[in-house]
Amino acid sequence: MTTTPAEDTPARTAAALALGDDALVLSHRLGEWAGHAPVLEEELALANIALDLLGQARVLLSMAGDEDELAFLREERAFRNLQLVEQPNTDFAHTIARQLFFSAHQYLLYGELAAGDGPFAPLAGKAVKETAYHRDHAEQWTLRLGDGTDESHARMQRAVDALWRYTGEMFQPVDGVDADRPALEAAWLEWTGQVLRRATLTVPDGPRTGAWAAGAGRQGLHTEPFGRMLAEMQHLHRSHPGAAW
Amino acid sequence: MATAAARDTADSRAFDALTGTDDTAGHQRAFDAAVAADERIEPRDWMPDAYRATLVRQIAQHAHSEIIGMQPEANWITRAPSLRRKAILMAKVQDEAGHGLYLYSAAETLGVSREELLDKLHSGRQKYSSIFNYPTLTWADVGAIGWLVDGAAITNQVPLCRCSYGPYARAMVRVCKEESFHQRQGYELLLALSKGTPEQHAMAQDAVDRWWWPSLMMFGPPDDESQHSAQSMAWKIKRHSNDELRQRFVDICVPQAESLGLTLPDPDLTWNEERGHHDFGTIDWTEFWDVLKGNGPCNEERLTRRRRAHEDGAWVREAAAAHAARHTNSETGATRA
Repeated sequence: MTTTPAEDTPARTAAALALGDDALVLSHRLGEWAGHAPVLEEELALANIALDLLGQARVLLSMAGDEDELAFLREERAFRNLQLVEQPNTDFAHTIARQLFFSAHQYLLYGELAAGDGPFAPLAGKAVKETAYHRDHAEQWTLRLGDGTDESHARMQRAVDALWRYTGEMFQPVDGVDADRPALEAAWLEWTGQVLRRATLTVPDGPRTGAWAAGAGRQGLHTEPFGRMLAEMQHLHRSHPGAAW
Repeated sequence: MATAAARDTADSRAFDALTGTDDTAGHQRAFDAAVAADERIEPRDWMPDAYRATLVRQIAQHAHSEIIGMQPEANWITRAPSLRRKAILMAKVQDEAGHGLYLYSAAETLGVSREELLDKLHSGRQKYSSIFNYPTLTWADVGAIGWLVDGAAITNQVPLCRCSYGPYARAMVRVCKEESFHQRQGYELLLALSKGTPEQHAMAQDAVDRWWWPSLMMFGPPDDESQHSAQSMAWKIKRHSNDELRQRFVDICVPQAESLGLTLPDPDLTWNEERGHHDFGTIDWTEFWDVLKGNGPCNEERLTRRRRAHEDGAWVREAAAAHAARHTNSETGATRA
């Protein structure tokens, strides 16, 4: 373990929670797909991505405390994940749009963190490889759905439009995460816009930053479906206080 | 097939093709000799139609079981009580999807398509293992499935690694490696519960009580009522009888239950010194046939959910096909997957 000045620790803990909660919550959402995917190969792919994210979550939450206490005993208001990752799966297009937006952001962020010498560099070095795969998977499906049939095009556009307003939050500063947010945002917009256009989709021109959602998840202000997700996730653990599993 | 008998089969096929003759009797002799010599039959080899049909049925049902078998366990992914257990369970369900893929591929070497087999599953014309028609009511069921259901599956499947049909045997080698890992994980999960709080111990015992008999039913009907057994054994698709494998499983489980600190729900279970095996009580065959006929606790729900996943995903598959058709020769890279 690297030694850090004492005054850095709260910020590092806050950052580990924010990044860890993103991975934990999105992993959970992808886990809901098990047994419901449109094709057998996607059962494997979605579970694979969910597992990668859960692995990242476990490392990050362990940097902030006990992974199970943090995952199962915090209330909704104490979670620091982005509102984007808690959005319901809805249909395959929404799942893919959420994945495209988030993995493109994670790829850029972890790339930058991996190149630095901060406390998240070792995790980011490993995670950026997984995230490159996630991003590729989402990109390929965005192209297939956007430039597939009329129905898939309409569904994909709907998903992009519905989730767009949650993307601004990804570029708000996070205490303890040392990254050039404006540069990340520009690179993200460039890459994502290019994928959407190749998929024959329209890049929404509505607000991303400054929308009601921006920055709220990091302050523990979540959307309504999140509480229900936590109720399911935490129920068994909370029913047996102190038990080991 | 690699040896003399095999070459005979291949050569005689080639000879027939060249001369336009039909030497079924000769093919049959070469096939029988290959099976007798414990050689592997491969996709291009001649094989009796009934052998092909039996394999298609068995491999497809095996594949279907992996896919339907994801449901009872996926039921607990979102509720797993620790992140470690959640990761293990997700990995396991992912493995099962992978097993389904291997097995559909093995079946396809016999000249059927995955789509056609899925159709038969969805319309109820092909079956899957009756065990997956039981519900997972508590977290401990995930452990009981790992220990007992995967344990029974391994007992059934290890001999299939030597099955006479090459692609099936090779799929089984890979499947069994992962299954035995799952089985150990299930055992370890139950052990943690058994040694945990009184509530956890009770949860583990209740799960074993509910899953024990259905697991014994996984070996199929008793030998004297098993319609496919004799032929399958002659073809070396099957290596041991249902009752032999069931006995082997009981003998393995009894000491394991003891070290788990759990009991098996069978008052007639006793060691028989003379036979060198455990005697055990009578299976409720009425329940077995009922579940097999579609009247188990979850038959309706499992099949409905599978059909719904397939129907809900139709637009996605159509999109992928339309996109691939349009971009086969372009440089979008979109045809890669």
